[in-house]
Amino acid sequence: MSDSSANSYWKANIRLVLSLLSVWFFISFGCGILFVDALDTIRFGGFKLGFWIAQQGSIFVFVALILIYIRAMDKLDSKYDLDASSESANPAQEESQ
Amino acid sequence: MSVQAWTYLFVFLSFSLYIGIAIWSRAGSTKEFYVAGGGVTPLANGMATAADWMSAASFISMAGLISFLGRDGTFYLMGWTGGYVLLALLLAPYLRKFGKFTVPDFIGDRYYSQTARLIAVFCAISVSFVYVCGQMQGAGIVFSRFLEVDFTTGVLIGMTIVFFYAVLGGMKGITYTQVAQYCVLIFAFMVPAIFISIMMTGQAVPQIGFGSELTEAYGGGYLLDRLDGLSEQLGFATYTEGQRSTQDVFFITAALMFGTAGLPHVIIRFFTVPSVRDARKSAGYALVFIAILYTTAPAVAAFARTNLINTVSNAEYASMPEWFSKWEGTGLITFDDKNNDGIIQYVGDPQTNELNVNRDIMVLANPEIAELPAWVIALVVAGALAAALSTAAGLLLVISTSVAHDMLKRTFMPNITEKQELACARGSIFVAVLIAGYYGINAPAYVAQVVAFAFGLAAASFFPAIVLGIFQKRMNKEGAIAGMVVGFTFTAAYIIYFKIINPAADSADNWFFGISPEGIGSLGTVANLAVALAVAKFTPEPPAEVQEIVENIRLPGEAIPR
Repeated sequence: MSDSSANSYWKANIRLVLSLLSVWFFISFGCGILFVDALDTIRFGGFKLGFWIAQQGSIFVFVALILIYIRAMDKLDSKYDLDASSESANPAQEESQ
Repeated sequence: MSVQAWTYLFVFLSFSLYIGIAIWSRAGSTKEFYVAGGGVTPLANGMATAADWMSAASFISMAGLISFLGRDGTFYLMGWTGGYVLLALLLAPYLRKFGKFTVPDFIGDRYYSQTARLIAVFCAISVSFVYVCGQMQGAGIVFSRFLEVDFTTGVLIGMTIVFFYAVLGGMKGITYTQVAQYCVLIFAFMVPAIFISIMMTGQAVPQIGFGSELTEAYGGGYLLDRLDGLSEQLGFATYTEGQRSTQDVFFITAALMFGTAGLPHVIIRFFTVPSVRDARKSAGYALVFIAILYTTAPAVAAFARTNLINTVSNAEYASMPEWFSKWEGTGLITFDDKNNDGIIQYVGDPQTNELNVNRDIMVLANPEIAELPAWVIALVVAGALAAALSTAAGLLLVISTSVAHDMLKRTFMPNITEKQELACARGSIFVAVLIAGYYGINAPAYVAQVVAFAFGLAAASFFPAIVLGIFQKRMNKEGAIAGMVVGFTFTAAYIIYFKIINPAADSADNWFFGISPEGIGSLGTVANLAVALAVAKFTPEPPAEVQEIVENIRLPGEAIPR
């Protein structure tokens, strides 16, 4: 693969990672810690919202983030022709960037 | 059958299974010993990672700690799961692409320096030792209570089992025993949780029961409201409100997250899968498997706390059930009848409180408190042992690879044969088990706390060095070494000062910016990053071939040949 396409692959990767990490930060440190008391004024079922996000909701979000990442990266890899099929077939191709 | 008989049966069966797997998966080469030959499927690796990760601290201590900390316990929940997002997005795929055996391998090659490699070896060994002592201690608690042997004998039995399959199978044996151990531990954690959830709320899913109304027998009303009410009534802190300062919770959570992403025994698990794509996938599987336990734990914490208060508060001491006196026998529950009325006053005020319950026993005692059938109680014991042993084995492997591979083969004795290297790896596990056992018997603090320090150290040393190594091509050896040394020293000094040298001063007034020793690792991480970037700016950039390595690990595809 050429240097320029390697470059744009890397940039797309960074954009994806940064956007997922901002959700990660917002949910855990934002909703789970910094704004937890404000969110606690909202109730659903037996839960205060802030408390629920801190003890359960954030974990579901983490799982979702990783799953989104896996799918998005698979797509990105096949767009740049870097997916598993090309990798096992011809390693030399990889090296001759 | 009695609890004791069931316990012996389950422990015997699970141990035979682990030993059977160990014999079946003996390692013949160093590649098998270090990374299970690199052929583990993502699903199996996900399970193994989950078991590797969920230690005695997660299984035994965490729910107990949360049940005493209430909302503040959140930092364990978010910290120990949120770190996986960092691991999956920032580290796992790239380290797999790099394709060596250990974390010091990466640090040493990426920073083209034997000094950096040796610092990494030192950090890996210290972190793993701190962590493994916690596991041995956990195994000791379990054995001493349920198999009624003394604590020391308990630790010795745990050591023998781990030693056996770690030495025989290396990473290969450990991986497949961890898969079995994950199944045992998750089953053992979920069964009592589901039982108790149905009993108390009529909901079979504990995550939902957590936010549901209690059944008539338990007095009705939402569980959490009821728990808040009971806590206030007895003078404890309100369960769903925080007591610690926001910045302390923030920093502890960050330290646990960075630490999770920097723990060498977790990172090396991603070296065992065949490709970059599989590394990403197995990080996803791992977090799913971990989340099953981690979303159940806060529910268990609330159930256990409510049940405990209901059972002991203002009850007659003489009418306490059998579990109470058994735990008293281990010294983990103590009752001191201050006003001599024969009734247990369990209240928040230390002047009049008569009952002390060690937090580590909550998960183990929970099924007994809830009067579940004997086989469920025995199952929990087998699960707790699976959790402690699986993590201990993973950690011992890190110690052994650090010694045999990084120190001997890559640094001091590059000419040793593969056979000798394998023998050294096995020998160093032996020595490591002995040391870990010793400190397991003579350790300070609670299991989860001991472990929390390991995270601080991993966060402050490895996490920044690895992330910079991947995302900052310009990062050079001077920067990385300075960063690791500063981060590690700062964090270790802070913890040692407040926990060992001057424990009397360990209070919010004396802490830096109100950050407790548990959370200081996050400041250590920041210090590491800042120092590394600053030093790298004023020192020469890394050689061209190193920059090429960085370019290469950023693309998936065939790994650099080993």
